[in-house]
Amino acid sequence: MKNISVLLKRFRESRLFWPVIAWVLILVFDAIVEPGFFELGIIDDPVYGKHLYGNLIDVFRNGAPLMLVAIGMTLVIATGGVDLSVGAVIAISAAMGAVLINPALGNELITNDILTKNATNTPLPLIILAGLAAGTLCGLWNGLLVSRARIQPMVATLILMVAGRGIAQLITNGQIMTIYYTPYFWFGNGYILGLPVSVYIVALVFVVAWVLVRRTSIGLFIESVGINSKSSFYSGINEKNVKLIAYAFCGFCAAIAGLILSSYVHSADGNNNGLNYELDAILAVVMGGTLMSGGRFSLLASVIGALVLWTFTVTIYTLGVPANALLAAKAVLVMLVIFLYSDYSRKWINRIFERKGSQHGEAN
Amino acid sequence: MVKRIKPFLWRYGPLLTTITIFILTYFIGSRMYPAMQKPQVFFNLFINNGSLLLVSIGMTLVILTGGIDLSVGGVLALTTAASAALLRDGASPAIVLPLMIVMGIGFGGLLGIIIQYLKVQPFIATLMGLFFARGMAYIISLTSVTITDSVYKKLALTPIYIPFFQKTYIYLPTLVAPIMLLVAIYLLFFTRFGRTIYAIGNNEQSALLMGLSVSRTKIGVYAFSGLCSALAGIVFSMSLLAGYGQFATGMELDAIASVVMGGTSLSGGVGNVIGTLFGVLINGTIVSILQFNGTLSSWWTRIGVGVLTLIAIGIQSLFHIRKNHS
Repeated sequence: MKNISVLLKRFRESRLFWPVIAWVLILVFDAIVEPGFFELGIIDDPVYGKHLYGNLIDVFRNGAPLMLVAIGMTLVIATGGVDLSVGAVIAISAAMGAVLINPALGNELITNDILTKNATNTPLPLIILAGLAAGTLCGLWNGLLVSRARIQPMVATLILMVAGRGIAQLITNGQIMTIYYTPYFWFGNGYILGLPVSVYIVALVFVVAWVLVRRTSIGLFIESVGINSKSSFYSGINEKNVKLIAYAFCGFCAAIAGLILSSYVHSADGNNNGLNYELDAILAVVMGGTLMSGGRFSLLASVIGALVLWTFTVTIYTLGVPANALLAAKAVLVMLVIFLYSDYSRKWINRIFERKGSQHGEAN
Repeated sequence: MVKRIKPFLWRYGPLLTTITIFILTYFIGSRMYPAMQKPQVFFNLFINNGSLLLVSIGMTLVILTGGIDLSVGGVLALTTAASAALLRDGASPAIVLPLMIVMGIGFGGLLGIIIQYLKVQPFIATLMGLFFARGMAYIISLTSVTITDSVYKKLALTPIYIPFFQKTYIYLPTLVAPIMLLVAIYLLFFTRFGRTIYAIGNNEQSALLMGLSVSRTKIGVYAFSGLCSALAGIVFSMSLLAGYGQFATGMELDAIASVVMGGTSLSGGVGNVIGTLFGVLINGTIVSILQFNGTLSSWWTRIGVGVLTLIAIGIQSLFHIRKNHS
């Protein structure tokens, strides 16, 4: 009995408590209002074989890009910065992929029958590498501006955010490029063992990031830079490179998200790929309990934060609310988060739990 | 003499840089396209960027306190949608206009209260404001609502001829932004409110210890930004004679870029609204150069704004480094 209460206390004090509570609340709401929400079925798809389908699968599959971006964003926010350019980086890497696939590269007139040929201009591994390289390069650029040129993170990444969508349109020559190359669609639409490929990609990136920050000293460095950049510098940490790595990794994550997104919607659109992802990702990280001022962070909590956002989105859609009104619903969610996370409510809830705990102790 | 000039240059360096960049951009533009030398083109900058200027003025005050207001574009869109819907349903402009202004002030003030008393980071709280305002605008109407009110049309299309220039005019709503600019200059440099803003931006803790009314000022600043956004919404709806939730998407970031280009530091306490004016004008000049060219595509605007922001910030950070060393 005591063990359980100790475990409960540890869980309540951990970073995961609030996002998990929020997720459970939304799921409970679904269970009451829309009992069909949890239905899972197996469908035999002619292209991708047998796989599971249902709302929960959709949450994971559609939320995968946001989870990826949230992982990268967590590290950046933990260093005390913020990366506003992730949406633009998503657009750039998507544009990169689409342009390299496009069989009519260059100034050739693009006609429909060239495009609809299921062909590619470059081999698939090269496409992926180029997309990832473009994203990482954007991240490095942000990192250099923040760490070497000492520009405030919000301003430094704002530059790429404004210019990045322009660059993406420059790459695709201002067109919305439709992709007709089936192997590329596998990332966004394929399945392994009945689960979406994108889920595996998220898991892989998460594990790599987790090992990087928790099994090496980089995680500690990031936290110490976030808490006090100057004192970390004086204690011998190369704070410039720590920041550089964080931003580069964030760009890398955004690039993967861009590839998945463009493969999911079969097109690259410089204006709309990854629109508002920067705001959603920051929201996910904040929901995960990482402070915007930097310091302690939890990757898992951020991923759950992203999950909460997407479960919420899918819930709203299943309720039949028009897509445009989603924003108002999201505002209500953020408002709830704000109230839950504010000092007042934290104190209040802690007091309730502690009173119960002390009574429990007396009874023993 | 040199002794006097040097500190002056260091003090107003960032502002002078912004003004120089604006003049250079405009000069290059007018060399490339002689039609740009017409005074009307210069005044068009104010006609076309009135709402951006209004929003940026509010944003400047917020950023000076060390905060940020992402809700401006949303409030603007909400104002256009709400006023268009009210006018469609037969409300009189004499009621609609004050109502919109009150709504803007109330919305901003509420965000300020949330930020100040619930200790929420401005970024998150105003992000919520953005989502909420835009969502509300969509709930009011999913499609664009046209304004057919005769008073609105009259107000929107009354030209004011500029003295000393031939055939050069601006519209009545264009005047709102310069007037608010003067109001903001007055507030910042001649009132206790303005002094307190700078004090909070430099060090909120010591401002509090000095006995300044920090919470009232901060809420006031967000309310002022809300007022500016509502006015921008009115100007915007007059220029397009329509209201729609999708108007001015991403304007908050354009406004932040303009403010930063104008030499205001995002950490607060440094900068002024005059720089913001030139930041907005630079933005507008790039757009009109591209319009004069006609063959360049619209994405070059974004790249151009990005590059110029980078240049402006680069030069300003040189000034800051120099200041810290001396």
